Amino acid sequence: MSAKPKVAFFDFACCEGCQLQIANLEEDVVQLAGLVDVVEFREVLTGSAPEYDIAFIEGSITRKADEERLKNIRSRSKLIVAYGQCAVTGGINRLKNRWQTMDEVKKQVYGDHFNMPHLDTYRTKGIDEIVKVDLYIPGCPINRDEFLQVVKELLLGKTPKMPNYPVCVECKLKENVCLFDTGITCLGPLARAGCGAICPSNGAPCDACRGTVADPNKNAMHEILMKYNYTVAQIKNKIDIFGVDPEVKK
Amino acid sequence: MSKTNDLNIHVHHITRVEGHGNIAVNTKNGKIEQIQWQVPEAPRFFEAMVVGRDYSQLATITSRICGICSIGHTFASLKATEAAMGIKISETTRHLRELLLHGETLQSHVLHVCYLVVPDLLNINSVFPLIETHKDVVLLVTKLHRLANELCDTIGGRTTHPIRTRVGRFSMLPEKKELEALKKRLTEAVDDLKKLADVVKSLAPAIPDFTRETEYLSLTYDKEYAFYDGDCTTTDIDKTIPVKEYQRVVNEFVVPQSTAKYGKFNRGSFMVGALARYNNNYRQLSPLAASVAEMLGLDGVNYNPFMNNIAQVAESVFAVERALYHIDWLLDNDLRLEELEIKPRAGRGVGAVEVPRGVLFHDYEYDDQGKCVKANCVIPTNLNHNNIQLDFEKMVPETMKQGKSEKEIQFHLEMLVRAYDPCISCSTHYLDVEFKK
Repeated sequence: MSAKPKVAFFDFACCEGCQLQIANLEEDVVQLAGLVDVVEFREVLTGSAPEYDIAFIEGSITRKADEERLKNIRSRSKLIVAYGQCAVTGGINRLKNRWQTMDEVKKQVYGDHFNMPHLDTYRTKGIDEIVKVDLYIPGCPINRDEFLQVVKELLLGKTPKMPNYPVCVECKLKENVCLFDTGITCLGPLARAGCGAICPSNGAPCDACRGTVADPNKNAMHEILMKYNYTVAQIKNKIDIFGVDPEVKK
Repeated sequence: MSKTNDLNIHVHHITRVEGHGNIAVNTKNGKIEQIQWQVPEAPRFFEAMVVGRDYSQLATITSRICGICSIGHTFASLKATEAAMGIKISETTRHLRELLLHGETLQSHVLHVCYLVVPDLLNINSVFPLIETHKDVVLLVTKLHRLANELCDTIGGRTTHPIRTRVGRFSMLPEKKELEALKKRLTEAVDDLKKLADVVKSLAPAIPDFTRETEYLSLTYDKEYAFYDGDCTTTDIDKTIPVKEYQRVVNEFVVPQSTAKYGKFNRGSFMVGALARYNNNYRQLSPLAASVAEMLGLDGVNYNPFMNNIAQVAESVFAVERALYHIDWLLDNDLRLEELEIKPRAGRGVGAVEVPRGVLFHDYEYDDQGKCVKANCVIPTNLNHNNIQLDFEKMVPETMKQGKSEKEIQFHLEMLVRAYDPCISCSTHYLDVEFKK
């Protein structure tokens, strides 16, 4: 490759924890900085550029103004990567979509002052509800090793692939005791792997923060629930934490 | 026609801060027309998101308020839920939580001072050029940052958005050999931090000489320099105020021109964060942390907001020393995974911790099924908002009088905002502010 690829990072409504995972690559970032030209990354550097080879987008879209900013970035980028669950589906921010109206949401936070125009947001969207996305790196937060892998493959001209098997597969490989056997409901059977089953491996249930596999085996999930005397309602109460609805796309 | 000395500063989305903020300053014929610190971050409405959710999910959800202080949010959340349901934690859980919190403080302070502030002191645009020019210093910083993160990984199960931290307990405990490895590295880190302090000392002359006395708000605790526990105190009061009465202290209010929720107590504004903690509790710092502070020009109550960054360096030393203390306790005691039978009950609870950017409050109300009915989170960056504004109002005329150029004044204002280490994504209450043309 002659010139180094121009790379930019942008964030919308989110906690910015995913860009922190990039900082957390530590010495690897120092190495990576030699392979690409980071032209825009507001949180760590002052500067901007007219065009990008790869734009990494973090965060969800909740306002018209942000939608315009995103479209503008798209028009100047060869490749758009949605990284982190907020960019992929809207993530945790989608929890506000459970309310009937956005006025009710505003009243919860701002009480009597809810009616100020600055407070207006619409229902949370993932970025592919606004622009075409070329690649996804799911998770809340992203797995930084996966991020590094994706960047390496992109630099080598390959097309990275997301794992499309459930977290249970990775959990079994780690030889963890199944959490259902310890009395805990877990979304591992439906959730998309790629995290190394990090939550069950730390004694906590999977919350499907990477969404579900493309075609989740709902029958198997039903069987597990019946076997352990749980109801579908109990699972439904958990599965929407990260903006996942198994009945719809993604 | 505007005169040449008129200021027209308009910084859209200031860089090297967490989240989005704008600066707007206009003067005409030497008269100030507008000085504003504005925050256009998209509000995310966490207090609405958690309504109806089960108590066991609250920390998982509210941890996502902030990537940098997700551990602090987790603890404020768990403490609020535990207070509401009358759950007591064991000594082991408490030591693990404090250890984890010190890991986060170290991680955040090192990141902020070295990656975000140091470029200002060297007048460069980011830390990246330093990879070429000061590689040894950059590697020292990444080593410390990595250690802090790996501490969080080992104790919390993940660097950001911890996994093992559950209501009333930890879902998994570190192994003794992991603790021993951490102990070895943290012991070495004390020397690394001394080296880093020397680097900061060499840059310290670039710290602006600006003071404005304000009210300094933090937790305070009789047993130690407060992070995990304590009551509310300020430099303006004699008697501490219990955390559950936090509303008496933060007094959140809405201002018509910006609609961001501000806070104030005994004066026009107050400051929270490392400098506020230092000003209230500096006598409780360890001798080493206190000597590092002193070496960098911080020797008692200080009214220069830029010294917040120096207090962060001193607190980094303290965090490492305290982390070692907690590791020793954990190594000396028999650690057992705890099982906990939680019977949800209706009630309200408030939890507070000192996170890197200042005191944080979570306040939850639950029904008898353990479903959240109402929530309020008071974020330190919000509490500083008003103080930044008042600093601006003092700094602009002062720097104008000193004959500084528009570019220099803008740089000073940006640098001031960064000194506060604002974490704007955290803020559930920040709103758009219209530009005045």
